[in-house]
Amino acid sequence: MGSQLRVYRQKIKTAQTTKKITKAMELIAASRIQKAQARVASTTPYSRAITRAVSAVATYSNVEHVLTTEPEKIERAAVVILTSDRGLAGAFNSQVLREAEELSELLRSQGKEVVYFLVGRKAVGYFQFRRRGFERQWVGSSESPEFDLAQEVAEAVLEAFLRDAADGGVDEIHVVYNRFVSMMTQTPEVVRLLPLEVVEGVEEPDATVQPLYEFEPDVETVLDALLPVYIESRIFNALLQSAAAKHAATQKAMKAASDNADKLITDYTRLANNARQAEITQQISEIVGGADALVAAK
Amino acid sequence: MAALNVSVVSADREVWSGEASMVVARTVEGEIGILPGHEPMLAILAGGEVRVTLPGGEKIAASAEDGFLSVQSDVVQVVASRAALS
Repeated sequence: MGSQLRVYRQKIKTAQTTKKITKAMELIAASRIQKAQARVASTTPYSRAITRAVSAVATYSNVEHVLTTEPEKIERAAVVILTSDRGLAGAFNSQVLREAEELSELLRSQGKEVVYFLVGRKAVGYFQFRRRGFERQWVGSSESPEFDLAQEVAEAVLEAFLRDAADGGVDEIHVVYNRFVSMMTQTPEVVRLLPLEVVEGVEEPDATVQPLYEFEPDVETVLDALLPVYIESRIFNALLQSAAAKHAATQKAMKAASDNADKLITDYTRLANNARQAEITQQISEIVGGADALVAAK
Repeated sequence: MAALNVSVVSADREVWSGEASMVVARTVEGEIGILPGHEPMLAILAGGEVRVTLPGGEKIAASAEDGFLSVQSDVVQVVASRAALS
């Protein structure tokens, strides 16, 4: 009986310790969400300016460019998967990996080979465990991604994109990441970066009202320089979104864990009280029984 | 005289924005000065200084690295992956 009580007390203590940890992680994540969100917001002017410039080039000129034209036959597609370096974030990583698997399936059904670029230790672990190959990996800085990382990723995928298909180059680039919708919701999202899908204006702008853009030095050079930057900014934005979503997911998961620990503590406290009461009752009945026996022996 | 609406933007933040009477930047073709009423333009910046003259006559200088200059109906945007006021 006494041993039972000890077991319950031990379990309560374990739950309490766990709760302290999860609570702390919850608070840390909550404070980081704000920061991560602010970073997403502060990069918006940049990506808006770039997007506007890209659509200006696309609308005001009709230049054929390798980055905007769709090849007739797509042999290989690159998929960039953004995950986190650490777990304890609920379905955060598994949902983005699932989304990537679905995308790969779709691409393969269209007869395309899939090449992976992985960001985050979790994606790398997932691929290594299944002994599947991938082209490049970046780990260690998914918590608060710097622009350098985005540049590196963009450079790698563009290099693969510009290579010939015969040399193992890719003709399509997709990015799979978790989009930060709100504190409670993070949805995995697939975006095709290249070939570009610039949304053209519904009607052609009137030449008299909107004089033609002047490009310096010329349209091709501007486009050549602009599109990599556009890809960089899109990848950077996706990285930041993913980081913010990771913090939100961690906060949610840790809150659930703390609540669960609370429930365990309550349950075990009840059981422990019960066991203590049972022990006392038994001791009393033993004493009474003993006294009765003494009286009867006289 | 109409004023230019200028913003200098780097990858991770907006460096400066406000009204200006003139913007001077160095593109790959050479220095270019932009006054209100300039035709729409998109140019590649050669790394270096962007000088903004405020309506009051004061001057602000910013450094911009591999960026763009876009002008459209008196809205001037200097977009660079790295930019800072100097």
